[in-house]
Amino acid sequence: MTQTPKVSLRGLYKIFGSDDKAVLQHAKAGMSKENLLVSHQHVLGLKDINVEMQAGEITVVMGLSGSGKSTLIRHLNRLIEPTDGEILVDGVDIMKLSTLDLRHMRQNKMSMVFQKFALLPHRTVLQNAAMALNIQGAATEDQEGEAKKWLDRVGLGGFENHYPSQLSGGMQQRVGIARALTSNSDIMLMDEAFSALDPLIRTDMQDLLLELQVELKKTIVFITHDLDEALKLADHLVILKDGAVIQQGEPQSILMAPSDPYIEDFVSDINRARVLRIRSVMQELTEGKFAGDVDANDNLESLIATSGGDTSLRYRVVENGKPVGELDMRELVKALVPRISSSETGTRYH
Amino acid sequence: MATYDWLFNMVGLRAWCDTDASTGPMSMAQLLAKTGNSAPEPSYTFAFPSLDELNKACGQIAQTRDVIKGLEDGFLAIRPALRTVLDPITQPLSWMLDGTLYLFTTAPWFLIMAVMLIAVWYATYSLSVVIFNAFCLSFFAFVDHFEPAMQTFAVILVCTIISALLGVPIGIAMSKYNRLQRAIIPVLDLLQTLPTFVYLIPLIFLFPIGESRLYGIAIVLYAIVPVIRLTDLGVRLVDKDVVEAGNAFGMSPAQKLGKVELPLALPNIMAGLNQTIMMSLAMVVIASMVTAPGLGVLVLRGIRNLELGVGLMAGVCIVLLAVMLDRTSKAALSRIDRTKTEM
Ligand SMILES: Nc1ncnc2c1ncn2[C@@H]1O[C@H](COP(=O)(O)OP(=O)(O)OP(=O)(O)O)[C@@H](O)[C@H]1O
Ligand SMILES: [Mg+2]
Repeated sequence: MTQTPKVSLRGLYKIFGSDDKAVLQHAKAGMSKENLLVSHQHVLGLKDINVEMQAGEITVVMGLSGSGKSTLIRHLNRLIEPTDGEILVDGVDIMKLSTLDLRHMRQNKMSMVFQKFALLPHRTVLQNAAMALNIQGAATEDQEGEAKKWLDRVGLGGFENHYPSQLSGGMQQRVGIARALTSNSDIMLMDEAFSALDPLIRTDMQDLLLELQVELKKTIVFITHDLDEALKLADHLVILKDGAVIQQGEPQSILMAPSDPYIEDFVSDINRARVLRIRSVMQELTEGKFAGDVDANDNLESLIATSGGDTSLRYRVVENGKPVGELDMRELVKALVPRISSSETGTRYH
Repeated sequence: MATYDWLFNMVGLRAWCDTDASTGPMSMAQLLAKTGNSAPEPSYTFAFPSLDELNKACGQIAQTRDVIKGLEDGFLAIRPALRTVLDPITQPLSWMLDGTLYLFTTAPWFLIMAVMLIAVWYATYSLSVVIFNAFCLSFFAFVDHFEPAMQTFAVILVCTIISALLGVPIGIAMSKYNRLQRAIIPVLDLLQTLPTFVYLIPLIFLFPIGESRLYGIAIVLYAIVPVIRLTDLGVRLVDKDVVEAGNAFGMSPAQKLGKVELPLALPNIMAGLNQTIMMSLAMVVIASMVTAPGLGVLVLRGIRNLELGVGLMAGVCIVLLAVMLDRTSKAALSRIDRTKTEM
C-alpha cells in the first residue's frame, strides 16, 4: 500500500526569536531547548519534524503542554512560518505559494477547529457555520443551504438563529465543526478541539467525529494531550516532546512497544484492556482446539468478558470471516501489564 | 550702568555690543522712566539675566518684546502657505456647519422634534430614552431656548460626525502599525492636556473670524482624541483566537477588518464616540468666544454683562442637553452590546 501522503512535513524546524535563521545551525547541531534558551534567548518550537499524513486518516499529534503541538498544526496552513523545512500538501510545497494562493488554499483545502471555538460573537449560528462560504463570496442561498445542512448533520438543527453566547460549550464546538465542514475542504485541522469540554460531552463529540469520518473520509489532524482520546481517534499517532517527534506509528504498536520512558509513563496509566485490540496481541495460528472465534478488532475487555475470566482458554482470531491468528488467554493477561514493570528491574528497553 | 556690563567686558564683546547700540527700541522700564513715573531704582541691582536686562548691558541682545514680535512675524509669514493648504481642506467643514445650522434654525420645531425622536428610537430601541429626549426638547422650546439649543446640537452633530470619520481610520491605522501608534499618542496627549484657549489663538489668525470652521476645527481637535484612542484600543483588544480563525479560513485583510475586527471593536468605538460627543459639548460652549453660536453665547452674555438669570437658564439647558446626549449615546451603545447587530 504505497499512497502518496496528503500532507508531509520534511525536516521542519521552528525557532521563535528575532534571529531564528542564525540560531538554526545550533539547533541542527543538536543543542537542547534549554541550552538554546539560555545561551541564545531563542525558543526551540519544533525540531526536525518528519511526518506523513495519509488521505482519509486521522493523524493525532499528542504531547504535554508546551511540547509544540499547536505550533506544529499551525505550520500546515502557515499561520506560523517555519524556520526551515518543507511542508507538502498534495505534493505542493506550500512555502512557495503567493499570498493569494495561500489564501485560496486556506479557503478550499483546509479548515480548522479551535480549542476555544473562536466563533464570531456578533453573528448567528447559521452565519458562523457559513463563514467559509461567505469568505469565498458564495451566493447567500448557497451559504445558508450548505450551512444549514451541516448544522443539521452535527445535531444543531433549529439553533440557526441563536447567537454563540446562547449555546453551551459543546454546542458551540458543534458550530465550530459545522463551520469546518461547510468549507468542504479535504483537510481538517483540530487543535485540542475537545479539550475545553467536560468528559461526557467530550465522548459525544469524539463519537460524532468518528461517525462523520466514516462517511466523509477527511484527512484530519487532531491535537490532544489526552492519551485516551488519542487512542480512540488515531489511525496514526505522533508523539511530541520538547518540539521533537519521539515516536510515531500505529497506536496499538506504540502501546505494545513504547520506545521511550516518556511514552511508557504516558501509557502506564491507561486501561489497556479497553484500548488494546486482539489483533495487537494475537499469535500465529496453530492447530488445536479453540474455545471459540473472536474478532481481531475487538478489544481485550470484551474477550475477558466472553471467557468469564478463565485463563486456560484459547481462542481463534478471525478478521472478515477468515482466521488470522490465535490468542491464549494467558498471553492476554500478560499484555495487560504495561512493559514499564521491566524498567523497574533495570532492563529498560531503548 | 547695567548689571551685566561686566559680563560682556569680560568675554571681550564690548566692541561688538556698542556697534549700533542706540538703535535698539526702548524697554518698558526706559519708557516709564521717560514719562517720569518710574518706580525708584531698588538699591540692590541683581536682576535675573533676562533678555531685557542683558539688552541694557549690550544693545546687540534682543529684548523680549522683539522675540514676541518675531514670533508673530514668523507666524504671519507662514500663514499664507498654511492657508493655501488648510483652506481647501477645511472649507467643507464650514459648509457642513453652515448647512446644518441653517437646517436646524429654519425647519419648523415640530419637524425637528419628530425627526430627532424617530432617530433616537432607531438608535436605542428604548422608549424611556425617547420620552426623556421629548421632555428635554419640549423644555428648550417651552423656555424659548429651542433655537440656541438646536444650534449647539447642530454643531455637536457635525463635529462628532467629522471626528468619527477621521478618528476611526486613524485609530485603525494606529492599531495596525506600532510605529504610528508611538508617533500619534504624544500628539493625542498634547491635544488633551492643552488648555483650550491655547489653540484657539493660532486658529483665530489662520481663519477669518466669523467663519464657522474656526470653531469647528477647535472642537474637532479637542473631541477627536477619545474616538481615536478607543478605536486603537478596541481593535487591539479583539480576541486573537477569532482573528486567527479568520486567517485560518483565508480572510483577506479587508475581510478581517470588516467582518471581525471592527464589529468586535464596536462597543469600544461607541464608548469613544460617547466621550467625543460630551467633549464637543464642552468645547462648543467655550468656542462661543470665537463666534460659535448656541447656548454658549448666552452663557458668555451672562458672564460679560453679569446677567445672572440669562447665564443660569442657558446653563440649565446645557446640563439637560448633556444628559440627553449622554443617555442617548449610552443607550445606543448598550443596544449594540445587547443584540450584537451587524455593522
Ligand atoms: N510566539 C511565540 N514566541 C515564543 N515562543 C513561543 C511562541 N509560541 C509558542 N512558543 C513556545 O513554543 C513552545 C510550544 O508551544 P505550543 O503552543 O506549540 O505548545 P502546545 O503543545 O500547543 O501546548 P498546550 O498544550 O499548552 O497548548 C512553548 O515552549 C512555547 O513557549
Ligand atoms: Mg496548544
